[in-house]
Amino acid sequence: MQKVYTKIESIVGNVITVRAEGVRNQDLAEITTREGTGYANVIKLDGDKVSLQVFKGGQGVSTGDSVRFLGVPMRVSFSDDLLGRIFDGAGKPRDNGPELTENMIDIGGPSVNPSKRITPDKMIRTGIPMIDVFNTLVESQKLPIFSISGEPYNELLARIAMQADVDIIVLGGMGLKYDDYLFFRNQLEASGAMSRTIMFIHTASDPTVECTLVPDLSLAVAERFALQGKKVLVLLTDMTNFCDAEKEMAITMDQVPSNRGYPGDLYSTLASRYEKAVSFEGAGSVTILGVTTMPGDDVTHPVPDNTGYITEGQYYLRNGRIEPFGSLSRLKQNVNKSTRSDHRSLMDAMIKLYAAYKDSLEKRSMGFMMSDWDEKLLK
Amino acid sequence: MSVSKGHVTGVNGNMVNVAFDGQVIKNEVGYISVGGTRLKSEIIRITDGIASMQVYEMTGGIKVGDEVDFTGEMLSVELGPGLLTQVFDGLQNPLPELAEKCGFFLERGVYVKPLPDKEWDFTPVKQVGDRLVAGDYFGTVPEGLFTHRITVPFTLQGEWKVKSIADKGMHRAHETVCVIEDSNGNTKDLSMIITQPVKVAIGGYQERVLPDEPMVTRIRVIDTFLPVAKGGTYCTPGPFGAGKTVLQHLTSKNADVDIVIIAACGERAGEVVEILKEFPELTDPKTGKSLMERTIIICNTSSMPVAAREASVYTAVTMAEYYRNMGLDVLLLADSTSRWAQAMREMSGRLEEIPGDEAFPAYLESRIAGFYERAGKVRLRDGSFGSVTIGGTVSPAGGNFEEPVTQATLKVVGAFHGLSRERSDARKYPAIDSLDSWSKYNGIIEKGKVEEAYSFLRRGNEVSQMMKVVGEEGTSLEDYIVYQKGEFIDSVYLQQNSFDPVDSMVSVDRQRLSFSVLYDILTSSFNLSVKKDVRAFFNELRQRFLDWNSTAESDSAFEERKNAVVSFYQERRK
Repeated sequence: MQKVYTKIESIVGNVITVRAEGVRNQDLAEITTREGTGYANVIKLDGDKVSLQVFKGGQGVSTGDSVRFLGVPMRVSFSDDLLGRIFDGAGKPRDNGPELTENMIDIGGPSVNPSKRITPDKMIRTGIPMIDVFNTLVESQKLPIFSISGEPYNELLARIAMQADVDIIVLGGMGLKYDDYLFFRNQLEASGAMSRTIMFIHTASDPTVECTLVPDLSLAVAERFALQGKKVLVLLTDMTNFCDAEKEMAITMDQVPSNRGYPGDLYSTLASRYEKAVSFEGAGSVTILGVTTMPGDDVTHPVPDNTGYITEGQYYLRNGRIEPFGSLSRLKQNVNKSTRSDHRSLMDAMIKLYAAYKDSLEKRSMGFMMSDWDEKLLK
Repeated sequence: MSVSKGHVTGVNGNMVNVAFDGQVIKNEVGYISVGGTRLKSEIIRITDGIASMQVYEMTGGIKVGDEVDFTGEMLSVELGPGLLTQVFDGLQNPLPELAEKCGFFLERGVYVKPLPDKEWDFTPVKQVGDRLVAGDYFGTVPEGLFTHRITVPFTLQGEWKVKSIADKGMHRAHETVCVIEDSNGNTKDLSMIITQPVKVAIGGYQERVLPDEPMVTRIRVIDTFLPVAKGGTYCTPGPFGAGKTVLQHLTSKNADVDIVIIAACGERAGEVVEILKEFPELTDPKTGKSLMERTIIICNTSSMPVAAREASVYTAVTMAEYYRNMGLDVLLLADSTSRWAQAMREMSGRLEEIPGDEAFPAYLESRIAGFYERAGKVRLRDGSFGSVTIGGTVSPAGGNFEEPVTQATLKVVGAFHGLSRERSDARKYPAIDSLDSWSKYNGIIEKGKVEEAYSFLRRGNEVSQMMKVVGEEGTSLEDYIVYQKGEFIDSVYLQQNSFDPVDSMVSVDRQRLSFSVLYDILTSSFNLSVKKDVRAFFNELRQRFLDWNSTAESDSAFEERKNAVVSFYQERRK
């Protein structure tokens, strides 16, 4: 029996409180307001006081609205029907397709036993030379693209989504501009890559709470596909928006902020998402490529800083290209020997030439004497 | 003692409030029953008859009214033969066994006995009627390379007598091998396994002594310039990508200690996998056996529950102390203590405590100090020595060493190996910034000479700063030579080529020899009159020295290359 509660005691930000019994932590509830029904999940229990986080936001919620507890945690449907579909942050269809309710799976599941992990040794071909040659992406790797607002990081992701040599692409968009969402959709549809893509898109105008669910939804689906033996690449953009949404929620919940207003558990929050990147023995793999925009191009900002401690390297996207200096794929040495025999020497030689070119360029701009070699480099 | 029961009254993140009947102890462990699974948790605060418990698992699905069984015990680990070579999580669940049971994922509420009930070859060392106090041992078993002492519990109160003891022979680990009796006639059955609360330091030794013997890591900059003593503490702070973990892995391979315990606390799972796959293949340079035979890994990676992360460093240090009491030298490497501090911060936030700096709890410093103080060299009751050395990495936010965790750590450690982003970006390995770092221990080389070499480094650095402003032309020849000498130390001695099998690990004798040559070069003055000659001279000398560095002592060219260095500079000497 599912009881309906109609007395909401408080509404603060996106959090409402009702008195109810027998409710379990993190259960899902359905809340019916004048504007229709939406979901909320339980985030705190104190005696019979239950605090819920409303996905659609607290705006327009009346104290007399009804809350019905569903007795299950947040779930997402999982089947091959997902392919080619687009959903929002609450798992509802964003395209005009039917809602999927079969084979529901929990999101945010347990982490993988470290003793069952295997050493990653397969590369993922992306068709982007700066990645494939200099900082190869490896299966089960987690890598952020550090960038700043205005850089073409979404174009880069779209390109990777179209070209990458994987079975399934899961694209998680957080706080995307609506134009960017349309861009992704059109690009992928035009290239025909849509049929192997699943999109979970939260746009900037959608409720904040849904933003925080996007990585969990994307990764839960990706993990299931990987267990079925698929090679899955999860693209997340933009993780800074995700962190900002977490910050917003933590502050409304009266949590003590730690650094620049971000909650103290930011590291664990990010790590539990990024660590979903894994290669299963005898099955598939999950690889994560996430965009992190650095506010003010500052890598010591809490979001890129915490990300850097979690991920296995980073790409810097500056001036429209991936910087060869500073960018690093920590796992590249695991695969570089098997691509082609001269991969490493080629990579080193090109980097050295480029570095020398940069030096010469600097020399010229400062008006120093140029040698023949310098002239040649600049050509 | 009666064991209490309770029920859940509230849930907030990974903290659960429980109303209890009977009595409970602070830091007591209890299990919350959630639909068939039991979740381990620990009481961290008791207010107004409500116990606040931190749950070592995800708290989803817990509801008000769920039952809680208290155990009457504080959070403990099992200690006994069979710990070595194992891989545990922060609560001492063996991970490979968990994987057998649950597959790929770490299902919550599944706990496995940490120590296998194997048969061991037990040799009694006490006889019926012998007196025993806490920390004494009554038998031994061989465990891999070591003689494992079977002790009475460290928490034992008063004096006891052996009532009966098993004969020499094979016995199971969980079987009673000794019965002891106190003066009131109470008896206690003892097996080879004891339990020890993790947050209580193990005693049972005669006295603590000053750590005076250097722990050789085969890394020149550490052994010569920034030494660590056996029984000492050191910390390695550095921004991400500076090579903290690489440095620790190398230390764990090369350090001349008996046992290495690696506590991977809140870091990447991939790094642990590297150790897991690599260590069994590597041989210990000291014993010729697999490195795994001297290693215990405690692994609570970043995506595993936060509360267990807090416990994991204590689990590790308790095991270290246990082996120390067998007269062994133990090295505990904790990577990273910042994640451990963050776990405390998360808990403190849930408890709504008044925050300190950067929202870390006010007791951060005392906790960090308490942890590092569990290191030390001790004299045991039989006169032998054992030590626990603790090396912790710190991951300061933004690479800024001014933050609370780094500062609190610096207050209590004996050596500081700060890694710098500039050095790691310049691919200088190890990226230890020798000018900022310090050590209070004695190394393998006379302190006076090291100080002198240091002064060249410092002055060389000053000159190079100055040269940036006034240019090479504005620098005097004398200063320029000092600058070149400073650079010379850095490139031939501080840096090591980690890809070169010879240069990546350097024995003590070799370090002494290299240093004596280096020292001679530094203190000599040369017949050089123009800067161009100075530069050419040091470039050539550097190349010769590096060639010598990468030549093995067993190589026939060793003496020849050494002479190439020595004769080259001696010719130019004034």
